[in-house]
Amino acid sequence: MEQKSVKRRKKDLSFLERIYIPEILKGLSLTFKNMIRPKFTIEYPEERFIPSAAYRGRPVLIEENNGDERCVACGLCSRVCPALAIEVQAAETEREQERYPEKFEINMLRCIFCGFCEEVCPEEAIVMSKDYDLTFSNREEAIYGKDKLLVPVNQLQDRIDFLRKYK
Amino acid sequence: MPKFLIDEKEIEFQTGQTIIEAARDHGIDIPHFCWHPKLSVSGNCRICLVEVEKMPKLMIACSTIASEGMVVHTQSEKTLEARNAVMEFILINHPLDCPICDEAGECKLQDYAYSHGEGESRFTEEKNQKEKHVQFGPQVMFDGERCISCSRCIRFCDEIAKDPELTFVQRGDSVTITTFPGEELDNPYSMNVIDICPVGALTSIDFRFKARVWDMSATKSICTGCSRGCNIDIWVRNNEILRLTPRHNEEVNSYWMCDYGRLNTFKNVNAETRVDCPQLRREGKLVKVGWDEIYAETASRIKSFAKDEVAFLGSAHATCEDNYLLVKFARTVIGSGILDFMNHIDPEFGDDLLKQNDVAPNSMGAKLAGISPLKSGLNFEGIIKAIREGKIKALYILEDDVVSANPHLENIFAKLDLLIVHSSNYNNTTALADIIFPAAAIAEKNGTLINFEGVIQRIKPAVVTIDTDRALDGMEMSRLDKFGTNFDRWATGVKRDARASWKILTGLAGALGHKMKFNMAEEVFSEMSNQIEAFKGLDYDDIGETGVKLNVKFLEQKVNA
Ligand code: SF4
Ligand code: SF4
Ligand code: SF4
Ligand code: SF4
Repeated sequence: MEQKSVKRRKKDLSFLERIYIPEILKGLSLTFKNMIRPKFTIEYPEERFIPSAAYRGRPVLIEENNGDERCVACGLCSRVCPALAIEVQAAETEREQERYPEKFEINMLRCIFCGFCEEVCPEEAIVMSKDYDLTFSNREEAIYGKDKLLVPVNQLQDRIDFLRKYK
Repeated sequence: MPKFLIDEKEIEFQTGQTIIEAARDHGIDIPHFCWHPKLSVSGNCRICLVEVEKMPKLMIACSTIASEGMVVHTQSEKTLEARNAVMEFILINHPLDCPICDEAGECKLQDYAYSHGEGESRFTEEKNQKEKHVQFGPQVMFDGERCISCSRCIRFCDEIAKDPELTFVQRGDSVTITTFPGEELDNPYSMNVIDICPVGALTSIDFRFKARVWDMSATKSICTGCSRGCNIDIWVRNNEILRLTPRHNEEVNSYWMCDYGRLNTFKNVNAETRVDCPQLRREGKLVKVGWDEIYAETASRIKSFAKDEVAFLGSAHATCEDNYLLVKFARTVIGSGILDFMNHIDPEFGDDLLKQNDVAPNSMGAKLAGISPLKSGLNFEGIIKAIREGKIKALYILEDDVVSANPHLENIFAKLDLLIVHSSNYNNTTALADIIFPAAAIAEKNGTLINFEGVIQRIKPAVVTIDTDRALDGMEMSRLDKFGTNFDRWATGVKRDARASWKILTGLAGALGHKMKFNMAEEVFSEMSNQIEAFKGLDYDDIGETGVKLNVKFLEQKVNA
């Protein structure tokens, strides 16, 4: 049954390939084509890339129009976070929701931008922003507190719309 | 014994037992909300419906008396269908509060919704709205919407605390719980309703929103509020105790504990007043020193006194191990037999349920470990008298604030040339001390306590000190403890530089040239069990989680002595 044939291996070159010239021309033509194509490169940081609503930048907390945080400090984001980046301490408030985060910290050295916190949040209070340029020069600076995390809701509207549509 | 069949398994039961009780004795858990092993049967939640052959309808397992030859199905199609229906019915008006509810994670309704619920709600109408923020008493907050009207809290007040304070009002889906006019939920055991409430309708004002249950570790230990020694769990997050809850032990405290013990016995551990390193008084001022230095200095100061000028006070607040080593230290290292401890009796504290007038957790243990004057020695009053007369010049006190308990001692102790104190917190006694050893608190060490009935019970460390390590010492670990690093703020809670008293005594004995080879509390205990008749043959494993009752003979001897 077995048919005997010389098996051509992938790495064996054909005659044309072995004479080298056509291959070189093929390669060079690609180079020249790209030389005259329009450029993609963005001159960061002078120019900035603005990602679409689907982008997962650093997680931020939603600040309502009246200045209150929407978060009820349930700790579910902290529980689901695979990198244990989030620490929440709840406290009592007079507001209808009964509790609010007295402390809310995300360790940006731990965060892996997975978006699980956003997915689990029962209040739509934490969402992934478009902010990707995070710099810090020591560990302490990398822990973002409420001051850095709270972002007014109107700046996050397109992400919220995106989530409502696709989540 | 009569038998009946449950899920094709034949089990024995005692005449008069209900199906749910008999099943529970054999490890079969029938879902229940309103039934509680220590409360009367009310049969109103209907989740425990089971199929009993030859009965026309499903029966509630909590009030159906088991009988010979009965055939019960707890997993049949009919039962499951009924259970689902009951769950759906209860959930109709239950708010979706889990994210903001303290009960989440230990909630019966949540658990059963996972295991017996449909997961979809067919109820599209508006949910009932009720009062959500009602303070029932000084310690308990009530949320009307979460209540599933099981009546456990009402029955607890009527039957266990014997102080009827709560009742149902209204009917149908408007039914809710309230306190009687002019009453508050303020009986000494009021917070137990929080534990038995199957949902988060009753929450602790002290603990409210402090932590989610899955972020804490729970360590099995003993309450130190009085000589009952209620079994408890100590709940810790980031090395800080956040709450205590009672742990079942039928011999000691059943399912309960008092509010005093629950609220007051752990706060000293987190307090600002912790003594957190060894201290010496030099020229009238306390200075912080290292362990080697304090051992050396204490040894040299104590050596300058004659044997009968040094007295020792053991402590009903310290463990048996601590007291035993104090006895050994006094007798063999110093050679002094002047040894006693102070009883802490508060005639106002006790009651008929749990609370005892002896408000120290280990008076019996101190006695049995050998804290008692030798024939020639002096007792507590004798020691005080001898200090006043200037016969005793140095006093060594183990973990006991004797000055706060007897304010007149302040002037008498001023006469001492040397006062050495082991203490976990600053108090009126440490204020007079020349040498302060920072003692690990009860929640920071291993050891045993003996309650007023002679039940010896284990305490285990729930909080780490500089001297201990959560992972290496086999302490309970929460998720956060397991994964936290030195760079995480949520894993670097305060650790005090404190040591267990037995360990301090071992170190001090070493500085005085007497090697004691103890590395663990368990080794001290094993020497005790070889040396002292009452502890014969016992070890930590025997004592286990619920303790062992010691031989009554020894107890009586000691009490009468
Ligand atoms: S994005 Fe992922 S890793 Fe980052 S905080 Fe949220 S859950 Fe944690
Ligand atoms: S899950 Fe949402 S509501 Fe809960 S703590 Fe996180 S951000 Fe706040
Ligand atoms: S408050 Fe809790 S224990 Fe009391 S009836 Fe309601 S659900 Fe039951
Ligand atoms: S009765 Fe005594 S041991 Fe029990 S909880 Fe109260 S104080 Fe603690």
